[in-house]
Parts: sequence; C-alpha cells; structure tokens
Amino acid sequence: MEKFITHTGTAAPLRRSNVDTDQIIPAEYLKRITRHGFEDGLFGAWRKDSDFVLNQPAYQGVSILIAGPDFGTGSSREHAVWALQDFGFKVVLSSRFADIFRGNSGKGGLLTGLVDQADIELLWAAVEANPALEVTVDLDKREVRAGDLTATFEVDDYVRWRLMEGLDDIGITMKHGDVIAEFEVKRPAFMPTTA
Amino acid sequence: MAKTLAEKVWEAHVVRRAAGEPDLLYIDLHLVHEVTSPQAFDGLRATGRAVRRPELTLATEDHNVPTIDILKPIADPISKAQVDALRANCAEFGVPIYSLGNVEQGIVHVVGPQLGLTQPGMTVVCGDSHTSTHGAFGALAFGIGTSEVEHVLATQTLPLKPFKTMAINVDGELPVGVTAKDVTLAVIAKIGTGGGQGYVLEYKGSAIRALSMEGRMTVCNMSIEAGARAGMIAPDETTFEYLKGRDRAPAGAMWDEAVAYWATLPSDADAKYDAEVFIDASTLSPFVTWGTNPGQGLPLTANVPSPADAVDETDRVAIENALEYMGLTAGMPLRDIKVDTVFVGSCTNGRIEDLRAVAEVLKGRKVASGMRMLVVPGSVRVKHQAEAEGLDVIVKDSGAEWREAGCSMCLAMNPDKLAPGERSASTSNRNFEGRQGPGGRTHLVSPAVAAATAIKGHLAAPADL
Repeated sequence: MEKFITHTGTAAPLRRSNVDTDQIIPAEYLKRITRHGFEDGLFGAWRKDSDFVLNQPAYQGVSILIAGPDFGTGSSREHAVWALQDFGFKVVLSSRFADIFRGNSGKGGLLTGLVDQADIELLWAAVEANPALEVTVDLDKREVRAGDLTATFEVDDYVRWRLMEGLDDIGITMKHGDVIAEFEVKRPAFMPTTA
Repeated sequence: MAKTLAEKVWEAHVVRRAAGEPDLLYIDLHLVHEVTSPQAFDGLRATGRAVRRPELTLATEDHNVPTIDILKPIADPISKAQVDALRANCAEFGVPIYSLGNVEQGIVHVVGPQLGLTQPGMTVVCGDSHTSTHGAFGALAFGIGTSEVEHVLATQTLPLKPFKTMAINVDGELPVGVTAKDVTLAVIAKIGTGGGQGYVLEYKGSAIRALSMEGRMTVCNMSIEAGARAGMIAPDETTFEYLKGRDRAPAGAMWDEAVAYWATLPSDADAKYDAEVFIDASTLSPFVTWGTNPGQGLPLTANVPSPADAVDETDRVAIENALEYMGLTAGMPLRDIKVDTVFVGSCTNGRIEDLRAVAEVLKGRKVASGMRMLVVPGSVRVKHQAEAEGLDVIVKDSGAEWREAGCSMCLAMNPDKLAPGERSASTSNRNFEGRQGPGGRTHLVSPAVAAATAIKGHLAAPADL
C-alpha cells in the first residue's frame, strides 16, 4: 500500500446525506471478481444525470469528495471503496461515516476524515465558489486547508499510523501467529466446526 | 467489574492486546458467499497464504443465484463466473461449500443458525453487513469488507477497536398483529440510520424476551440499518431450546458444558451501557417505510411526511429527494400507496415463521389483479419445511409465485428485480434508491403487512382485510 502523508487536489461537493453503498456502487457491478475497474459504476444511477456534480465540467479530475453526513451506510461491499479509488478519489470528508465503510477505507488506503458539519458547509461553499480551489489534506497534522480556510479532521490513531507507513494489516497480524496458536489451544471443545 | 454481554464475548476472544493498537480478536465462525470473497482469495494466492482454519469457515451461494430453474447453468455469464469462482476457490483452499442444489444451500444468515453453527458467545463474521443477524443468539456477529475477509481467511483473527454499547430496551407487550419487523423499523426510525454508529446494540426488555429466535434474528438483522455493526440478544431458554438437537450444536456432556457457559453471558445487572434507548412495546403498530433509507419509516396509519416537517436543512433535502424518487405526495395516507410487486423473503424475513405468517393471511384469498408476488424461502431446508406444512399450496393458490432459496429481490443481483418505476412492498431490509432494481421503489414491511398488501393492492395490514 502506498504511504499517505498529505494529498493536494481539487474537491467535489456532494450535498446529500445518507449516501449508501448501493448508490456508491450499484449491486450489478458487484458481480465482477477483479479488484479494479469499478470507476464506471461509481454513483452509477446519479451519473446518468448531467447535472450530477461529478458530471459538471468544473469538477473533472477531482480527488477529494466532500460529502454529507452518514456517508457509506448499508452494505459492507468494499467495492464502494474501490470504485471511489478507481475514479481517482484519495480522500472523503464527512461529518459522519458508516462504520463498515470507514473500516474498509482504512484497509485500502482511502482516507476518510471526520470533519465538523459546520466546516463541511464552509468547504462546500468554498469549492462551489471556486471549483479549481486547491485543497490539501494533511494526515500528519490532521488538517484540511483550502484557500484561507483551515479545518481539522479526526482519524483513528492506528489507522493514521498504518496509512502513513503504508502498512498491510494482514502482514502485521501474521507476525503474531504464535500468539494465535496459543489462543487456539484454549478454545472450548464444544464450539462447532463446519467440516 | 460488571460487564455487558458484548463486553464478555469480546473479552473472551482477545488474542493479543497492546497499548495503542486495536485488540486482535479470534473469530469462531467465518461465513463466506460469492460476492465479497473472490478478491480475498486472489489476495491469498498473490501472497502465497493458506486459509488458516477452513473448518471454521463455510461458504454458500446466495446473492447471485436465480430462484427458478436452479439446476440449469446460471444464464447470466457474469453471475455464473462469480459462483464458479467461489466453487473453485473453496476447492483450492479446502473450504466447505453448500452449492446450488445442495439441501443445505440458502442465504448465508439463514443457513448458519438452522445448522446450529451460530451459538451464544461466539464471534461470527461474514463479508455481508447483515451478519448482525447471528447476534440473536448472543454471538458477537458483524459484517466485514473484503480486505477483512482476506484477513480472517489468513489469520482467523481481526484487529478491532472496541465498540461502544447501547441498550435498546423494549418493554411491555406487543399489540396483536405487531411483529419483530415492526419493532426493528420503529427502532431505526427512532435512533436514525446513523444512531448506532460505533455501537453494538443490545436488545433487552420483556418484549424482546417474548420473541421467538426467528423474531430475534429479524430484529438483530437490521441493526446495521441503524448504523450499528452488531446487535445482540442475551441467550436464554428460548435460545437453548432452539439450538438443542441441531446438526452442529453440541450434544451429551458437551451440551451441558456449553449451556453452563452460555448462562454466564447475559449482561450483569449493574453493567453500564454507553447509551440507552427505551421503547414502550404497547405503543407500537405495523410500521412501513415511505422513503429511501430504512430510518424513513412511520406507522401504517400515518401520512407521508412533508419537507416542512424536517428537523433541519439536511433532513429537508433528504425528505425532498426521497419524495421525488418514491413518486409520493406529502400528506397522502400511507395506506393509499398502491404497489404492483410484493416480495417475501431475504435474511430478514425468509424463515419458516415468516412464511407461516404470510400463508395465514393469504389462505383462502387471492392477490390483487395485476399484482406480482414472490415468496422466496431463505434456504432449501426452509422451503422443504414449508412444503411439508402445505404453505406452498396456499401461496400458489393465492396467485403468488413460490420460488427456490436465495437472496432474490432483496438486492437486484439476480434475475428477480423491479423494473424502473415499479413499486414494491418488501420484507427485506433496504429501501435505498435502486436497491431492488434501477428506478424501483421499495417500501419495507413485515411479512403480515406484505401479504395483506398483496391482497388489497395498496399498503395494508391484515386487520384491513
């Protein structure tokens, strides 16, 4: 996984709450067995509307999504993270994220920054006034900077460390194989098996 | 120190704890299906890793599968490729699988409990957000993403930050005709789709204790729609009674040992929760959703809300968007909403008691003219049991279709879908835009309301018949 320290790019405002993962990537696209190539399905239904923010010429090439509250609700599909990344997003900012989506993002290297709704409103206004505005997301300082606006964001300490180091979770856990084996010896015998 | 049910199960599974790091938690049961696993198996292949405990892993085919002509090759080549990939991956990595045509096949969250694989005090995960279903047994069960699926396959553990705990107290007696589904829709409407974020919900109180295991599964199933990754109910005699004698439940001396352990799991009387919610069961009534998220629900007797009722600007936009997508007018009675499709099934309401509730309403009646009604058992076992009880005959005599087991119209990944503009009453769990097919409109309801709606042609409860 690539290390994430800071990212600078342009941002799109998504003025909607409760953007569920069925909207981020409709089920039809989930039949693929590959991990890439989901960009065409991102916000599949809304992209058919020419007024949708990501269809507007001013917001082409964006890499930061500024979303309404409760982003990523619903299904556990990690394809939602892959679709955002395949489209070019590095960061999603929202005042509330669904737990599973946020966990999935951290695994795949998509940064989800928790920003106060008041700051989200300011960021929306700023990138709507000037879609070309450069937005910097600084994971080290936990700051979003856009023009003269600076907002802080929350991110889990451990996830932040892992993203900044570009570390893969499984590799970290595999180092503790002996501790896992010790635990397994003590599991109650009445627990079921599937074999 | 006094502990909650969730804390007890958590503590019993900590493999490794270190300051500044998430706890490493052992996973007792890993359920797998075709949609969220192929990239995880690819990851194992790419890194040369094995499945650590294939005998704690079980795969079934459910999301993509058709519910008619199941012994013919799957017609959609992309769906077929995904199911084929699951079969090949399970063969390569030694994971047990129940494929289409096997008597144990069905929706992953119906299969685990009916086999007796889901037991109190276990940790259960699956690459599916409705894994919360298994919490009905007092298991800590939650949905995971594909990276986590790969993590569990490789290590049988997951690094996790502790959840907060929220008690949902539902006390009193449910009025006649009010079901577990109405309870869960009312809970979600009360705390909102984000209300449970970061929490494990524990459903408590006399109304929860009075529910059957199947009702409890319906309630826990939709915890995720309130934003909570997991929902739990303390194990009790109802739980033990359900488990006793099932294929994978312990037997003999092992049973006694297990029950003695399970009896220690309920939350201590003085355990503290990070949040508590109280609901008076006697005030509940049949509940339906009118909007495009499961929190947008109201009693069937209510009217469609207006953007003017919104609590804030975000809510106002959400109501406006929902009314537009759903093609509804503010202020119209929910009962006047006409539907053309009724879907009974899913991991929320595809078990035998759900089918009995539907058959009871359909018996001796016909579905409305032009109505398409699908009744889809959650598993092959459920289907066989229903047929042994003659429920299939009642369903077919009413004019509804009796199908094979699968996720079916819950999620538009298989041939069972809504066409654009079609409107359903559905016993499933999500009314998101396009969830049941692009442009389709969904009203979430209980099985009894689904059946009454099929007969009347508009949203209705059995009492309206």
